[in-house]
Amino acid sequence: MAKATRASFGETIAALGDKFPEVVVCDADLGKSTQTTAFMKKYPKRYFEFGIAEHNMIGAAAGMALCGKIPVAASFAAFLITRLETIRVAVAYNKTNVKLVGTHAGIGIGDDGTSQMGLEDLGAIRSLPHFTILQPADHVETCQAVEWMLGHDGPVYIRLTRQKMADVHPEDYKFEVGKCSVLYEPSDAPEKVQATIFASGGPVPHAVQAAKDLKEKGFASRVVNAGTIMPFDVDAVVNAAKKSQRIVTVEDHNVNGGLGSAVAEVLAERGLACPLIRLGLRDFGESGTGEELYDKYGLSSPHIVEAAVRNLD
Amino acid sequence: MPTANVETQTDLKALTQELRVDIIRMIEKAGSGHPGGSLSIIDILTVLYDKHFQHRPKEPHWPDRDRLVLSKGHACPALYALMAHHGYFDKAQLDTLRKLGSPLQGHPDRFRLPGIDVSTGSLGQGLSIAQGMAMTAKMDGKDYHTWCILGDGEMQEGQIWEALMSAPKFGLGNLTAILDFNNSQIDGPMEEIMNINPIADKIQSFNWNLIELDGHDFKQIDDAIAKAKASDVPTFLLACTVKGKAVSFMEHQNAWHGKAPTKEEADKACEEIKNG
Repeated sequence: MAKATRASFGETIAALGDKFPEVVVCDADLGKSTQTTAFMKKYPKRYFEFGIAEHNMIGAAAGMALCGKIPVAASFAAFLITRLETIRVAVAYNKTNVKLVGTHAGIGIGDDGTSQMGLEDLGAIRSLPHFTILQPADHVETCQAVEWMLGHDGPVYIRLTRQKMADVHPEDYKFEVGKCSVLYEPSDAPEKVQATIFASGGPVPHAVQAAKDLKEKGFASRVVNAGTIMPFDVDAVVNAAKKSQRIVTVEDHNVNGGLGSAVAEVLAERGLACPLIRLGLRDFGESGTGEELYDKYGLSSPHIVEAAVRNLD
Repeated sequence: MPTANVETQTDLKALTQELRVDIIRMIEKAGSGHPGGSLSIIDILTVLYDKHFQHRPKEPHWPDRDRLVLSKGHACPALYALMAHHGYFDKAQLDTLRKLGSPLQGHPDRFRLPGIDVSTGSLGQGLSIAQGMAMTAKMDGKDYHTWCILGDGEMQEGQIWEALMSAPKFGLGNLTAILDFNNSQIDGPMEEIMNINPIADKIQSFNWNLIELDGHDFKQIDDAIAKAKASDVPTFLLACTVKGKAVSFMEHQNAWHGKAPTKEEADKACEEIKNG
């Protein structure tokens, strides 16, 4: 059943509170939106409301981690990332066991408009040592990614959607950090498919739809979901370059610094000759419904199909 | 006991003279560093470590130790001198300050130097971190106290005010902020760069236990720290200090915020300190 990954996160931390007694949750007046309220109700003494002061929340989380807690600090991705200096020194440089949860990723949030849309967070955090970056696609992946995050000793950034996400993984899916999951692969594939589509976060269901639409048009394609953005699954890119005539990346983030950049880096560093088309934001967003914005800004399935078949000459 | 106090004061004077010489010499040898703020904070740090700070230098990760957050991380030569004195590492290592591979980084690094509770240097962050430590002690029912050393220029950072707002909310009597109020920052006098005054009124209005003191008077420092430990609400020690204290040509001179003395200047400074 379709569910926002922020909701899956909120349920999971509340459910795992006893398993991880050192987990504490910090929020900045957005608990209802980040969905940390379920944890607050169950564990009020382990929940800290910092008000609209994210720098202080992240710094205090680092201090708690230095004394043995596992702080989960949540806000909108847009508001966490503007506190990069604190994230850099108090969290990354000190290698504190802080879990930063950035919800309301990208233009998929819709109506609230540009200032609320986290569009640069992956690029910023990808430049910080010691971080692991997760972006799960659906409920089953989010639940497991959150549990992995709580058990991992080190800074983690997890990027979540406001909008509901269709289930793209089977119920018995096993999340593995640093590994992509293949969501669509034709059984009767030619030696090289038309395209491998790498997707992460909000646009993942659009990528799956695009593969189906491509099949209708007679093109074979693969869809790969990147549930981990850092460290990136190098083998998945190498494999895709071998099996595909081109690679398309699609993400609800600025086209620079996120998934598309991660794939491009592997292609370049391995000297793999495979064309790459990166779909993502090249401007800020605006108000509208999430679906309207995915259409307007080139993240919806027709755009992915077009990128997969467009003439590259 | 008055007799003990007099004796302690004598000892502390000799000790702080020795530590000031260490500060000057290590910065001279490094060829860079921050003498002004190190000399202004050393008396407070010395009294804190000598009489109040719960720690085990041979067991630097002892879980019940007091925590120190040197938010004004650039004053680390003062902390390094004191840590060497307390046996965290061999005093000869002071000569490696700021050199490649040294545990004594230009700003404190917790991984390179055991005994540093948190790596700092980006101003404005320390009070938030210290607050998180104090919150943890409270949650876990532990007795350790968290001490955070702030600079007055640093008070211009917005994050400091976020932390000043929240620490009383969380009822952190186990947290003490100590402001090294030396009235000077890199580009000039604090009042000219960006005046933080009336700082006492501001702090008090944020519901902290405010104590004003002379940051070079051992007795006042000792009394203020004792009161801070007994407080139910977070305490803010507003310590009036002199930048470059005890070296005549450095005192009140913002030019000495971040400049190393030459050999001749260091010799002169050490001579003055010893005769002080």
